Amino acid sequence: MAGALNLLLWRLPQIALTLVLLSLAAWFAIGLMPGDPVSLAMISDPRLTPADIERLRALHGLDQPLIERYLAWAGGLLRGEFGYSRLFAQPVWRVLWPALLSTLALVGSAVLLAATLGVALGALAALRPRAAPLVDAVALLAQAVPAFWLGILLIILFAVNLGWLPAGGAPDAGQSALPFLVLPVVTIAFGQMAAYARHAAAALSAELSRPHITSARARGAGERRLIWRHALPNAAVPLLTLLALDAGSLVSGALVTETVFARPGMGKLLYDAVMGNDYNLALLALLLVALVTMLATLLADLAQRWIDPRLGER
Amino acid sequence: MTRLRLGLTLLALMALAASVAPWAQQWLGTDPFAPDLFARYAEPSAEHPLGADELGRDLLLRLLYGARVSLGVGLAAALAASVLGTALGVLAAWKGGWVDAVLMRLADGLLALPALPILVLLAAMDPAKLGLPRGDAMVDMLRIVVILVVFGWVGVARLARAGALSLLATDYVRAARALGVTEARLLWRHVLPGLAAPVAVACALAVAGAILTESVLSFLGLGIQPPTPSWGNMLANAQEAVFAAPLAALWPGLAILIAIVGCALVADGVARRGQ
Repeated sequence: MAGALNLLLWRLPQIALTLVLLSLAAWFAIGLMPGDPVSLAMISDPRLTPADIERLRALHGLDQPLIERYLAWAGGLLRGEFGYSRLFAQPVWRVLWPALLSTLALVGSAVLLAATLGVALGALAALRPRAAPLVDAVALLAQAVPAFWLGILLIILFAVNLGWLPAGGAPDAGQSALPFLVLPVVTIAFGQMAAYARHAAAALSAELSRPHITSARARGAGERRLIWRHALPNAAVPLLTLLALDAGSLVSGALVTETVFARPGMGKLLYDAVMGNDYNLALLALLLVALVTMLATLLADLAQRWIDPRLGER
Repeated sequence: MTRLRLGLTLLALMALAASVAPWAQQWLGTDPFAPDLFARYAEPSAEHPLGADELGRDLLLRLLYGARVSLGVGLAAALAASVLGTALGVLAAWKGGWVDAVLMRLADGLLALPALPILVLLAAMDPAKLGLPRGDAMVDMLRIVVILVVFGWVGVARLARAGALSLLATDYVRAARALGVTEARLLWRHVLPGLAAPVAVACALAVAGAILTESVLSFLGLGIQPPTPSWGNMLANAQEAVFAAPLAALWPGLAILIAIVGCALVADGVARRGQ
């Protein structure tokens, strides 16, 4: 367990530093985005005189240099003042929290489905060499299909033509959330499945040629037991690495998928905030997404060491 | 070998399609940039082989011109990312010490972050505040290329660093050093050629990634702006028309799919050839 503690001590400051640098970079990027709050007020109220505008800028501190505004904002964050979302006219955390839960449900189900299908395909390729080219082709296809295109095609097929599932949006109160989850989950999982299938196939076939498998087979273990009990646990280590490396791409996938399906969540929230010039919400959503991603990566790394304690000794 | 050949053939066909766009336009006699409201969502016909989009512009021609934008952005971003990534990776391996540590921590940080949300934020930046004209197609493309390179160099740099580290430890490099070869020549003549295969693989994958990311950003309305067609922004228009013209959504996505499959096959083929 000393290894795990070391990992935490090393990684947590690194995560904090990354967040600080990211927030700084994003702050300056946002400084270059079109329209600050006062120029929006200008559009909505043509009676504002240039003197009023100067006064408003000074009132909200918009005449200060970017870096001083950043320090003031970051200081507020550290005191727990997250501010308001202009777009939703609510405290930011009240907008962020439900969005985070919705995205976690989406991404979590997608990973589960992708890993299950991927490992099944990988096992098929490892056990039946004749099926391997087929699995290869499926993996190549899954990796190459753009998620947003798959989403549109699924909408056309299942929502427009067959009418089985809703084309998108969120369930109303009292409606079951499940039908709204199916198409987005399939969209994300299909793309993610490819990598799992490849790695599972490679890891399983490498594992199956090792001596402990031969010896288990010689002692009369059934093929099924060989796979699940003897080969898969060892093969799971590279799959967890994959999960750790893919946390970021999952969030990216969620952004696209949520936008296509008009599904409320972190990705769509961030997109809407950027498009609606809601800086504070956009920044905090980005930082939250980055934090969750890095924590997920850390969690996967810890799980990897728990499965394979040798990793901690290096 | 067959994979490499198949992938290259696919990509060559796409490049060919992109290069014949003006001739196809002359032959069909329609303007893919000008709206023709009488032909909105026209069915496939002799005049519009794949039909027309929501403004009556020919889909086939827009697909061909879109290939120029999508392939151009993909290639440019991947090449720039590969050059930068190789340079930084070799530098990290050769210098070692704090240079290596800083570069690799930076790479770790970029890899750990969710790329797309950050790209969305970056893509929404106003080029006018940097003194660049707004809405110009070339500026749009350049902006997307720069944004893609910011994230794209990382994968290449890691591979290049790993390759350079093992090459720098080989006997022939030590022998060259002992013979008094300058460090610049050593890296140029003895290390870089050995990196060709891994960098080529990374570059082919980077092309695929860049094409995909460009299409996502354009789909979200943050990349290439209409009326310039790109496969991504054609899909954005098509999504609004899933009822009126479901086929319009098919072609651009298929084009992206084929381009990415081509790149993946090339990458796979080069990697297998190296083994």
